[in-house]
Amino acid sequence: MYAWILILTLLAVMAVAYQLGIKRAISSVGGLTQINALHSLPSYYGLYAALWAGIPALLLMGLWIGFQDQIVTSLVTANLSPDMLEGQSSGRIDLILNDIKNLATGNIVSATVTPEVQAAADQYARLERIATWSMWLAVLAVALGGMAYAWRRTGPQMRARNRVESIFLAIMIVFSSIAILTTLGIVLSVLFESLRFFDMVSPVEFFLGTNWSPQIALRADQVGATGAFGAIPLFTGTLMVSLIAMLVAVPIGLMSAIYLSEYAPRNVRAVAKPVIEILAGIPTVVYGFFAALTVAPAIRDLGALLGLEVASESALAAGLVMGIMIIPFVSSLSDDVINAVPQSMRDGSYALGATQSETIRRVIVPAALPGIVGGILLAVSRAIGETMIVVMAAGMAANLTANPLESVTTVTVQIVTLLTGDQEFDSAKTLAAFALGLTLFLVTLSLNIVALSIVRKYREQYE
Amino acid sequence: MNNLAATAPGAPPRRTIDIVNESLKRRYARERRFRLMGAIAVGLGLAFVVLLFADIVSKGYTAFQQTYIRLPVTLTASIVDPAGTRDIESISGANYNQLIKDALRQQFPEVTDRRELRRLSSMLSVGAPQLLRERVMEDSSLIGTTQEIWVLADDDIDMLVKGNIDREAAQGDRRVTDEVIGWVGQLEQQGRIEKRFNTIFFTHGTSREPELAGIAGALMGSLYTLTLTFLLSFPIGVGAALYLEEFAPKNRWTDLIEVNVNNLAAVPSIVFGLLGLAVFIGFFGVPRSTPLVAALVMTIMTLPTIIIASRVALKSVPPSIREAALGVGASALQTQFHHVLPLALPGMLTGAIIGMARALGETAPLLMIGMIAFIVDVPSGFTDSATVLPVQIFLWADSPERGFVERTSAAIMVLLAFLFLMNFVAVMLRRKFERRW
Repeated sequence: MYAWILILTLLAVMAVAYQLGIKRAISSVGGLTQINALHSLPSYYGLYAALWAGIPALLLMGLWIGFQDQIVTSLVTANLSPDMLEGQSSGRIDLILNDIKNLATGNIVSATVTPEVQAAADQYARLERIATWSMWLAVLAVALGGMAYAWRRTGPQMRARNRVESIFLAIMIVFSSIAILTTLGIVLSVLFESLRFFDMVSPVEFFLGTNWSPQIALRADQVGATGAFGAIPLFTGTLMVSLIAMLVAVPIGLMSAIYLSEYAPRNVRAVAKPVIEILAGIPTVVYGFFAALTVAPAIRDLGALLGLEVASESALAAGLVMGIMIIPFVSSLSDDVINAVPQSMRDGSYALGATQSETIRRVIVPAALPGIVGGILLAVSRAIGETMIVVMAAGMAANLTANPLESVTTVTVQIVTLLTGDQEFDSAKTLAAFALGLTLFLVTLSLNIVALSIVRKYREQYE
Repeated sequence: MNNLAATAPGAPPRRTIDIVNESLKRRYARERRFRLMGAIAVGLGLAFVVLLFADIVSKGYTAFQQTYIRLPVTLTASIVDPAGTRDIESISGANYNQLIKDALRQQFPEVTDRRELRRLSSMLSVGAPQLLRERVMEDSSLIGTTQEIWVLADDDIDMLVKGNIDREAAQGDRRVTDEVIGWVGQLEQQGRIEKRFNTIFFTHGTSREPELAGIAGALMGSLYTLTLTFLLSFPIGVGAALYLEEFAPKNRWTDLIEVNVNNLAAVPSIVFGLLGLAVFIGFFGVPRSTPLVAALVMTIMTLPTIIIASRVALKSVPPSIREAALGVGASALQTQFHHVLPLALPGMLTGAIIGMARALGETAPLLMIGMIAFIVDVPSGFTDSATVLPVQIFLWADSPERGFVERTSAAIMVLLAFLFLMNFVAVMLRRKFERRW
């Protein structure tokens, strides 16, 4: 809350600095009449002052907020009597610290309040108050200092525009590096946690084991406490659901793309194409709801009618609905490549007496094939990474089965289930989710790279 | 002509046109089949759209109405305001539950059995006393009078009145007993049961009771998350696109950035959740389940979309604009900020709105950063615990009560309405500002 007020105050200081900078620049050359003597337009001197007032102060504020809690907590911990902490696990200490913080902010506490805890809470509250006030002072001091610096530097000789522009350019470079930082963040965070996981469970067991039951031990001597982390059932489950989805999406998507681009009258195309593409804009949680509450019961009833045993959370239901979701991906990507096939190829085929469908099958589809395959690969990577439909409509039990009527689980379902409980962050169970995430990331990444390179190569052929 | 010689000896030699004519019928049939298959595929695609919407609307439209029971509630002064001071404290502590129950029992004087009495009072929502309290606290002149008050009914009664519970089914198969059905029938005949517009759905946070559950908390959470996401991702996305498109030298570093942006756009969203958990929560200590951490994850996720759309928008501005600006002495940055950016802005905004629409519907990464906590209060800031609309839908879809099914569908309808609105705005922007150079 205070942070927002401080940011608003800083913005106000920057606005003042802007005005002062302009005034200072104009007065430094002796008024508006002499303005030609300035190196840059007056507003650049204003911006220069505003940036000097704002950027260092904002950076300081960010650092302060990042480290304040850590420092205050360590100060409070250092002040706790040693017998309170001695022989306690790190979890207990965290709990005590949590209690202290809750007490200080007036929340509910888990244990009875001892005088020591009360004293620590008072100290915590006092330190927090001091820290917040000193942050205000420090940040505002830096802002005013930056303003004063800009004030002193401002003069007719100062190349304000060049300086401001180089600052802007630097900001833009930082912004575009965020993409790299994100990838780096994903790879490093997921990789480190996975490496810790592979310290506990061997990669051979993970990638080749067929038993997945990551129970977590409540006590060390509990039966089955170690859990089993063989991910093969998850991989087969993921593949089965994706396969069903592709069996739905590829024929429907491809055929409708062909029909809409080759046969349909223009007004049909103008209506049907956007309507089908609505399917791509619907949130996946809606598909999950549809799969779990409409499609799955319908399939179960149908199965019962035919005398088949269908699990209430069958792979078929999840796969079917996922297929519906993917139709627009396949159809719009295929549509693009089919339209990219030059008209001369069609004309050539018609001139030889081929019917329209023969032209499509013998000429257009082969010519567009690399692009279509690339599009399908992109759709597969989408199906593998899809989460909400399978979380809501596929099961939790890791069955190693080839029967689509049984319940299977997928990589994404397990990531969600492993990470949504309140677990210790360094148990094998939570770390397993990161190992699964790494696998998922690498598989989808390589699929995308292959698909994009196929599509790009093909596109160059006709351009 | 060699292949034509292979006909039976003695017969006149066959000409190419004969072969073609023979096969024509088959080929035309194939043509028709192929065409039909295409039409069926398009039809299926359209049918899925219709089916999906019909399913959700038919399940959910009833949630916009809620069953109320009209009861003459006597707001006895000695119960409502025991201290007699009309103080907020005195009024808020009163036993409103008793007042409502008594009012209902008055309607059925013949019910005396304790078990039946309990069943009778369970027809009313457990939240009804709270609603009455709020009403009395707003208007203390009600105290001491008898008011005809519309009291919120329990979700089972609501389902019964809406016809979602089969009155003909065997008693063991439904959630309400025969007596309750009788009582409801009696009340219906007296005109004491009415379905009224469900304001609770739009003004309350979530609840364990379907009749008290609303989407206000989730909507505010989504609003905070999206606002912050936009404030972060739009400037960053536009800045990055400007640099990559207009300033960046062609070298390995910018190539690397470019490949990265394209690949990030196709990374499964759940991986961003892992990133958020490990980096933002684990490393930087951003508080869990807050719009702040959700917005950070969403920013990372939507950035590629915005960067790609912004670059397309920048590309569509003709080079003559840049050359003219540079020609009259503008600096490179002035050219961009004063001339190119304003022209590219509608396209960039369109891309940003589409990215925001995607962020609004995104669920999976948010599950991982604690947005699935059960939070009743409507959040009032970026660092309050909150949930967002799609996650609320996910949570309600998991609830077993029949009443939550229609509420889930209704929440989906609200979500879809927002998505349509955003896409509509994006299309309008594009139409209005699209220019052919």
